[in-house]
Amino acid sequence: MANIVQFENVGLRYGTGQETLSDVSFTLASGAFYFLTGSSGAGKTSLLKLLYLAQRPTRGLIRLFGEDAVTLPRKRLPGFRRRIGVVFQDFRLVPHLSAFDNIALPLRVSGVPESDIEVPVREMLAWVGLTDRATAKPPTLSGGEQQRVAIARAVISRPEILVADEPTGNVDPDMAERLLHLFHSLNRLGTTVVVATHDFHLLGRIPGAHMMRLDGGRLLDPTGSLRFPPVQDD
Amino acid sequence: MAVKLIPSAADRRLLDESRGTRAMTWIMAIMLFLTVLAGALGLGTRSAAVSLDRQLAGRLTVQIVVPEAAVREKQAAAALRALRGLPDVKRAAAVDRAELTALLRPWLGSDGMDPDLPIPAMIDVDLAPATDASVARAAAAVRAVAPAARIDRQESWMAPVSTFMGMITSLAGALVLLMAAATAAVVILAARAGLDTHRDTIQVLHMLGSTDIQVSRLFQRRIALDTLIGGLIGTAMACALILLVGMQLGAIGSDLLSGVALSPRDWTLLLLLPVLFALLATLAARVAVTAALSKIL
Repeated sequence: MANIVQFENVGLRYGTGQETLSDVSFTLASGAFYFLTGSSGAGKTSLLKLLYLAQRPTRGLIRLFGEDAVTLPRKRLPGFRRRIGVVFQDFRLVPHLSAFDNIALPLRVSGVPESDIEVPVREMLAWVGLTDRATAKPPTLSGGEQQRVAIARAVISRPEILVADEPTGNVDPDMAERLLHLFHSLNRLGTTVVVATHDFHLLGRIPGAHMMRLDGGRLLDPTGSLRFPPVQDD
Repeated sequence: MAVKLIPSAADRRLLDESRGTRAMTWIMAIMLFLTVLAGALGLGTRSAAVSLDRQLAGRLTVQIVVPEAAVREKQAAAALRALRGLPDVKRAAAVDRAELTALLRPWLGSDGMDPDLPIPAMIDVDLAPATDASVARAAAAVRAVAPAARIDRQESWMAPVSTFMGMITSLAGALVLLMAAATAAVVILAARAGLDTHRDTIQVLHMLGSTDIQVSRLFQRRIALDTLIGGLIGTAMACALILLVGMQLGAIGSDLLSGVALSPRDWTLLLLLPVLFALLATLAARVAVTAALSKIL
């Protein structure tokens, strides 16, 4: 599999403080599934921010889709971002838009005609089990429902990379497993998936998934050799 | 959210418009109300000045100031004949004694009726063309038969009025420009406030791949619409007031004030003001929003 992401000696520092990420080097293979683990404050969210282009590194090289993402001109960022789906830790749903409109947002941003939006959004609502909540606005949705809307929004435009930051943090174990299954389905369709989590119970649930472990801003397993075995059916 | 002139209902929903108080619409209504009034003042005064210039250019008053009534009448008749014989003179008419008496009544009262009162004989003259040479020829012709005659160009009496009207016109023009600048400033402030209010939504849009132009169009559309609606309200109110004032001026019956009338071209210019201000607001919003967004990754 070709590499879709490459980090080389990447460092990130906020302001004048210590480096949040230091000498991070790894590659992500196209179509693979990765877990990013580490304790709170290890730098998972910072690494994901570099991955979905919300932040530029202070040093090092990042190649994304075969291009240098560090020196990428600002005007080209939107085109790259449309190829990356993001599930934010805090969901970041637009509170005055319905679940339907929140999920439809990436399609509208990409200029998909209104006539071509209804069907995929309805399918996505069904996929995350929110068909009857289409018109509900985020403040009226439960944490788990908001999580699922955020996931549906991240995957509706079939991104080449899906980045999810603690996507199961607000749901019960059953729902967490169901959401993971959704990511796996998407991964099987060819999307590279990166899920940051510290829920070790989930790690063994995806056959063939890789694990990257962060500790104190450094990647402990840059080779990705800690591959999990296929999950055993009970 | 594609880049297009008329936004879809979904695009309109992107910014939470229920949160706004639509104060912008009423601010723009007031701005346009004042701007249209200032514009109307400028255009009306300019029209009056042009009308006054046209009326007074080439108009002369000949006064024959001779104490003896018989000589005065004889010289007046000769001057009238001499003037009528000149090719540059379009019209020459003696001012009737009764008319003069009526003009003097506020100062002289009924004494002006006294036939022994030596009121100068006066002749109104219209020249065409009204050049210095034609005035000189008329003056020479009059002085040949009435050496003591006084010849006055009416436009010289009204020069201070014309200067004043020109100043009012310039002042009104400056006011319109100031209001346009103030409108742009209000729009920039409103756009920046809007960016702050919708910061979270904009961040989400950016992360989903929105371009700066797409985001700025959301603000442009909203601000342009507020300006246009407010502008139309303000312009309608100002136009109603202008029509009312115009009717009042017409009722006064003054030659000078009746010149303060707006032509169809002037009305068109005034009615274009809300559209021009909406375009100005759109441009100002775009500049403000794209400048602010360029500071975000």
